[in-house]
Amino acid sequence: MGRTYDAVNLKLIKKGAEAWIYLAEWHGREVVIKRRLPKSYRIPELDEQIRIHRTIREPQLMHEAKKAGVPTPTIYFVDVKEATIIMERVEGEQVKLLLDLIPDEEKLKICYEIGMLIGKLHRNGIIHGDLTTSNMIQNLYGKIFFIDFGLGEKTHEVEARGVDLHLMRRALNSSHFSYAKECFDAIIKGYSNVLGDAAAGEVMEKIKEIERRGRYVTERKSKNQA
Amino acid sequence: MKQRIKNEGYCLGIESTADDFSVGIVSFNGEILANIISAYVPPEGGIHPREAARHHAEVADAVLKEAFEKAGIKPQDLMVVAFAQGPGLGPCLRTGATVARALASYLRVPLVGVNHCVAHIEIGKLKTGAKDPLTLYVSGGNTIVSAFNSGRYRVFGETLDIALGNCLDVFAREAGLRPKPGEPLGALVEKLAAKAKIFIPLPYTVKGMDLSFSGLLTAAVSLLKSGKYHVEDICYSLQETAFAMVTEVTERALAHTEKREVLLTGGVAANRRLQEMVECIAKEHEARFCAVPSAFAIDNGAMIAWTGTLAFNHGLTTPIEESYVKLRWRLEEVEVPWVGRMTQ
Ligand SMILES: Nc1ncnc2c1ncn2[C@@H]1O[C@H](COP(=O)(O)OP(=O)(O)OP(=O)(O)O)[C@@H](O)[C@H]1O
Ligand SMILES: [Mg+2]
Repeated sequence: MGRTYDAVNLKLIKKGAEAWIYLAEWHGREVVIKRRLPKSYRIPELDEQIRIHRTIREPQLMHEAKKAGVPTPTIYFVDVKEATIIMERVEGEQVKLLLDLIPDEEKLKICYEIGMLIGKLHRNGIIHGDLTTSNMIQNLYGKIFFIDFGLGEKTHEVEARGVDLHLMRRALNSSHFSYAKECFDAIIKGYSNVLGDAAAGEVMEKIKEIERRGRYVTERKSKNQA
Repeated sequence: MKQRIKNEGYCLGIESTADDFSVGIVSFNGEILANIISAYVPPEGGIHPREAARHHAEVADAVLKEAFEKAGIKPQDLMVVAFAQGPGLGPCLRTGATVARALASYLRVPLVGVNHCVAHIEIGKLKTGAKDPLTLYVSGGNTIVSAFNSGRYRVFGETLDIALGNCLDVFAREAGLRPKPGEPLGALVEKLAAKAKIFIPLPYTVKGMDLSFSGLLTAAVSLLKSGKYHVEDICYSLQETAFAMVTEVTERALAHTEKREVLLTGGVAANRRLQEMVECIAKEHEARFCAVPSAFAIDNGAMIAWTGTLAFNHGLTTPIEESYVKLRWRLEEVEVPWVGRMTQ
């Protein structure tokens, strides 16, 4: 990688779709270094715009999420120009892997907890933008951390909340299809607990509407069409 | 009903989900004998479902006749008739279904209702030799990232509003671009984009693995209306932004599924710039890049016929009373038992 900011013992742990993730030691701490690499498929102007934007937004939202009571890694350092973030390393297990390993009852408990955390985000106007079980880590004490806020935004709109939960359901359906439904129901229970039944019900209606939007239904017509 | 001898006989497929009426004839081992497409070209603006359906009804006989001539077979040589049962525009779908039902009952052969999205994937696999790809299916009506898992094509990402092809088409019409007969509007945008000089930033909207093109289209159209920019530059910026969005989610799904092949299919798959971008991420993940040939990228009857043979070989037929059209038939609702067998 490019600059290492005095970090030592760098170990590349994941070449994600958009970022490379390193484990390292930094001033006596175990850290994760996340670097958004340029993508050669897109033109440099667009590439830079996207990487910079997300590098700024991710730590901001992680910080806000923490204030809202949702565990996130503490941000130690941000280099916008290099699209690099240094953050606390959360030691534990990815929820994606974890769900497959534990009994059903525990699955539901974790999902309920996830639902409460999503509820806390939304109540505070934070949209995660990429809710999947690979963006959640359970630490050694059983606390669930949310990561990867690069696609998030700040809004209280029902549409955005609906899309966020729709993505969660989509992720469960595609990666955990054998128990997706039960898990999503548990998430909604936790979510309602935090947001209240009325607000949660409104979001549920929205999800239904979003998922009904199918082929041609919302096709846009050109203005000069009769 | 006739008894089918393995790899003998033919399947005829009817495609009529939107503005194209098409008839394809294929053999059971994947040879395409005919693929006749009759496009409805609206005098102005976009597709009017009823007028398109009227076009389909008018050309149906001629297209069928031409397909049989091209294939060099008689209707009696058919083992099965397949049709696109959905998703799509109601009146268009119903016209195709009516033709299919009539033909099947006249010949006394089974009918097979085929999902249009599954067909786009299957024809892509047939034509490129892909076995188990991650598929980016981009057309005028659909934008879907999917891959096979446990009996079905699972959807990893899709558009939350309009389809990529629709976004390009509407923009082209707003810009007053007039295609030659048979030339897709998207191809005009591609041509103009090649002459651009500057990139103008536009809204880039990716949500998880889902996409939204509506805001992008609105912004591109308002640049156009402002009169301050060259249409070439807007075409270029629109393409670069929209294609980067679909490529990004495709890459994310690829990293997630770890498939070894990436298949690009659907009408927009004909776009060279999009091919280049998707090929780039395929390479990066050491996956084989497969683009469906242009003739089979657009809506076509051959893909319906081919998928019909796959379903028929697995004993899946559609009784007449269950052959009603399904306007919103989603990709992941369809069981595809033939896939597991082929990949094993
Ligand atoms: N602070 C952290 N502590 C521990 N592990 C982490 C941390 N941040 C990221 N990881 C690990 O690295 C993986 C990728 O991180 P992240 O989701 O932020 O990047 P990404 O490139 O967006 O990944 P993807 O494209 O897969 O979503 C996570 O799934 C997680 O396993
Ligand atoms: Mg992630």
